[in-house]
Amino acid sequence: MFHVELMPTANPHSNGSDWTIASVRQALSAKRISARELATDFLARIEKRNPELNAYLALSPERALAQADRMDALIARKETLPPLAGLPLAVKDVLSTRGVPTTCGSRILAGYRPAYDATAVERLERAGAMILGKTNCDEFAMGGSNENSAYGPVRNPVALDRVPGGSSGGSAAAVAAGLAVAALGTDTGGSIRQPGSFCGIPGMMPTYGRVSRYGLIAFASSLDRVGPFARNVRDAATVLSVMAGRDPRDSTSADVPVADYAGGLDEPVRGMRIGVPTDYFGVGLDPQVRERVEAGIALLERLGCRRVPLSMPHTGYAVATYYLIATAEASSNLARYDGVRYGVRVPGATLVEMYRKTRGSGFGAEVKRRIMLGTYALSAGYYDAYYLKAQKARALIARDFAQAFERVDAIVTPTSPVPAFRLGERVADPLAMYLADIYTVTGSLAGVPGISVPAGKTPEGLPVGLQIFGPAFGEAQVLRLAHAFEQSGGAGD
Amino acid sequence: MKITREDVLRVAELAHLDLSETEVETYLRQLDSILTYVEKLNELDTAGVEPMAHVAPPGAQAFAGTPLREDVQAPCAIIGEVLAGAPEATSTHFRVPRVIER
Repeated sequence: MFHVELMPTANPHSNGSDWTIASVRQALSAKRISARELATDFLARIEKRNPELNAYLALSPERALAQADRMDALIARKETLPPLAGLPLAVKDVLSTRGVPTTCGSRILAGYRPAYDATAVERLERAGAMILGKTNCDEFAMGGSNENSAYGPVRNPVALDRVPGGSSGGSAAAVAAGLAVAALGTDTGGSIRQPGSFCGIPGMMPTYGRVSRYGLIAFASSLDRVGPFARNVRDAATVLSVMAGRDPRDSTSADVPVADYAGGLDEPVRGMRIGVPTDYFGVGLDPQVRERVEAGIALLERLGCRRVPLSMPHTGYAVATYYLIATAEASSNLARYDGVRYGVRVPGATLVEMYRKTRGSGFGAEVKRRIMLGTYALSAGYYDAYYLKAQKARALIARDFAQAFERVDAIVTPTSPVPAFRLGERVADPLAMYLADIYTVTGSLAGVPGISVPAGKTPEGLPVGLQIFGPAFGEAQVLRLAHAFEQSGGAGD
Repeated sequence: MKITREDVLRVAELAHLDLSETEVETYLRQLDSILTYVEKLNELDTAGVEPMAHVAPPGAQAFAGTPLREDVQAPCAIIGEVLAGAPEATSTHFRVPRVIER
């Protein structure tokens, strides 16, 4: 899909996965590498590795190198470097990037180049990040395996015959494979946390309203969030601090001060009350995943956290609730793809025929299925039975969280009931695929923050994620707990 | 069956989706299975529960009672870029098939 001529440079980080925000900064300041060399090195590695992984859909070398030159100029003038100076960053292809192709993994947006940047992208770039390119994802972020991309599936760098998870599969795979040091994803029902879990890296969904969605191409507006993937919790915290905060261009963004999340990571976790809801450890949880998560909880207890058994009785209704609400909102949000203003048009004799043909051939099977379900749930005669009922169930699920957070500081669960599955293994049964979202959609509906942090591997070598939820705007405590877990060997060897 | 073939065709019409015969059959079967599953929500007693349409973040304008900004006229600096992205446009307009017969 792209081609750039780049000369790889010699450097000690030959596989790209050793870099962190801090080590990039140190190497640049000490002039062990220039930002241009670093960008060039990453772009070359992507060129080499991407044909196998399909993690990137488009590269933006001009943009990355221009930013690199700005950073190198700052270094030459001995000026203070911004917080993300020279950070090689990947951006999920549902976030608008000015002049850089943005397809949402859909045929219907083939060739679309936005005229503006998403706020999250703009803030990270202003803080010095180098945007390497756009990452593959399930079409319009609808999916949990990245197999719904119109541009082909992504392979999990940990096990190439497996899916990377979804919908932010390309971002997770890029960071896990050392093709970016951090990445932006979006999470509507688990789309950051679950691929983070499958690829063995931290992925964080912040509180609803914490990060601006201006320039995020909407899937389900009451649920969509933008969040980071990184090599470690500290980097995820740093990226989040930079992009969080009120944005006048997003009227749903919260006017709540942003803490220095990375700065608070080393505060003690001793005495924190961690809730463990029995409802997340029932039928369907893979025993190998359960074993890793139980070991993770035991580790947190050894760090001085107090385990509090919880009941969150509406957990089992979350998948049904989520798939009615998310699809209803999607059916409305995706009405804009009609062949008039952007993307692809299939001609028709009348306006309506053009709409129908454009949408019928431009959208893939999963997107059409969800538009159909959402349109049905909102249609006359069914609205009360499905959509309104789901909104009431959502209130009960949110109440489970509110009540839990009266007693605990964080809730700890598995991220996904299963580790990464094989490509093609689950595509035939959409309902079975939806049911695997059981542990992530709850927090999405409740609006609370959640992170997936690596908790070791199954005997087969597949990563398992531990999910930590916090109360709304409790990012600091979620990240602190995840950091303590990571630093104490939570991920095993 | 929760859903009929006529329902599928009606919903496709509402959603402006051209579906093939195979798609109609597939979606009929899949939507039926999903709708059967979501019936699970009927186990819940939701009498007196207020529907939750969204989470309202503190200070967010959209939920603060006055969600609308001032309607200030301002020039659009990117109109050329926007129109360049359209499948069919003039220098000032999007073009669509004729909608008014005369």
